[in-house]
Amino acid sequence: MRGGIVAEPVVGGADLNLTARQPFDVDRVRQDFPILQEQIHGQPLVYLDNAATAQKPQAVIEAVLRFYSRENANVHRGVHYLSGQASNAFDAVRVKVAQFINARAPHEVIFTRGTTDAINLVAQSYGKRFFRAGDEVLITGMEHHSNIVPWQLVCEQTGAVLRAAPLTETGGLDLEQFSRLLNDRTRFVALVHLSNALGIINPVREITRWARERNIPVLIDAAQSVPHLPVDVQDLGCDFLAFSGHKLYGPTGIGVLYGREALLDLMPPYQGGGGMIETVTIERSTWAPLPAKFEAGTPMIAQAMGLGAAIDYVNAVGRGSIAGWEQELLQYATHLLSDIAGCRIIGTAPDKAGVLSFVLDGVHPHDIGTILDAEGIAIRAGHHCAQPVMRHFGVAATARASFALYNTKAEVDALAGALKNVSRMFA
Amino acid sequence: MGTLATLYQDLILDHNRAPRNYREIDNANRKAEGHNPLCGDRLTVWLQMKGDLIEDAAFQGSGCAISRASASLMTVAVKGKRKVEAEDLFEQFRRLVTGTLPSDRVPSLGKLAAFAGVVEYPVRVKCASLPWHTLRAALDRPETVASTE
Repeated sequence: MRGGIVAEPVVGGADLNLTARQPFDVDRVRQDFPILQEQIHGQPLVYLDNAATAQKPQAVIEAVLRFYSRENANVHRGVHYLSGQASNAFDAVRVKVAQFINARAPHEVIFTRGTTDAINLVAQSYGKRFFRAGDEVLITGMEHHSNIVPWQLVCEQTGAVLRAAPLTETGGLDLEQFSRLLNDRTRFVALVHLSNALGIINPVREITRWARERNIPVLIDAAQSVPHLPVDVQDLGCDFLAFSGHKLYGPTGIGVLYGREALLDLMPPYQGGGGMIETVTIERSTWAPLPAKFEAGTPMIAQAMGLGAAIDYVNAVGRGSIAGWEQELLQYATHLLSDIAGCRIIGTAPDKAGVLSFVLDGVHPHDIGTILDAEGIAIRAGHHCAQPVMRHFGVAATARASFALYNTKAEVDALAGALKNVSRMFA
Repeated sequence: MGTLATLYQDLILDHNRAPRNYREIDNANRKAEGHNPLCGDRLTVWLQMKGDLIEDAAFQGSGCAISRASASLMTVAVKGKRKVEAEDLFEQFRRLVTGTLPSDRVPSLGKLAAFAGVVEYPVRVKCASLPWHTLRAALDRPETVASTE
């Protein structure tokens, strides 16, 4: 890796030390991300749309390039040298992912296209097999559409009913209501760990404990939390956990479904095809063991190489250090934006990470987005694929700045300065 | 910042701040709703038609400065026009914001020419044209929902 960051020891796949041991060397980290040298409309790029997708370090770009330039072959099929090498490298990434999230075994890690694909897998495999008419699936009012719509689809197919626990005034999950909604009919719980629209962290450990007491499986949408917080599936006590590679500084097109082995074993395949079978006759087929049962077709091999490099990179910087630095940025940004007249932060519950959603009086978020773009500042404006959250706060859309390990306080200053210009322009 | 100033002209900022014809029309005989599913913007257009003549036009809704100002200036522009004239204006406007209107034709658009700067912002073309799609839906059918998609 460029930049020569000293690796922190990672114990049990989860580095739970949330305080950086030494000042975070953001300048050194920035050198690892070539896109940060780009100019946008003649201005240095200030990339604050990391919740949509994160930029890629050179190590990830090189891993993908190296695979296609020198190592490309299909996995698990050929007897030739390159195929063997590719298979080994692909399997090694699965082990790396398992260690990263502290899964009990590598075959509890299923590669998917991304978080959305992983949730659809669980809904269509577990849900379609086990939900009955009148059963309830419990989600929250904070979910991304990708953790709502797959459940609506399977509820329609099975006659199960989708329930959503409401949010409090500040955007946190209403735990009292949640526990009330958890009842004898509840067959499944799916909830987000870190809200993409608000940046609020849900107390998932507590919720999985409640669900376990009632023997209800829990799926955690960890698309936003995995890049920002140390995530340990055993510590969280979840049955399923889904995340995407591209928000973790890896390539698009690859994601992960973690599933507890006992549950994955009970589930029928999600898609049929090559690679997921044991034997096939025209009459019937038998399934391959985990994880192959859920990975029909040629997998995303080059993307896996990139994901492996991304995990190495994040481990080398240290997840605790990253979380600490991003927390500093979030607090600094919250402080600066709170001081801007007419600026209102959306989602003010105390436990937050990485994401700052806001509105400016009299200015639509899309206009904020366009005007900031002219200064090279990339933010997201819109409903963030979380329309129920927008409805809860009575806004059509918000502007959202989301942080990554390479963002600086100077960039937050640029954001605040540009927002003051927007306010002036629309005054 | 040069092209930004051509997008957010004073006229557009003014119509965003204080949109004209921002009201319901009681007993309107035409009404349509417009929706941009990508950004969640919604607006309603009301028309009072007498035969082919647009006697009154009004709108309400939530949207960015470009879509609000466009709706405001549109209602001003089409009031007192015939259906075919309004449709022709939409066609000219569409060509203006997509950069296919010959420059000698721009002045005939009057105040609507303020939207010429949208050309530089392809993602904002839908914002400017949503009110017009909604108007056309209202002109074509008594009660409809228009979409930019």
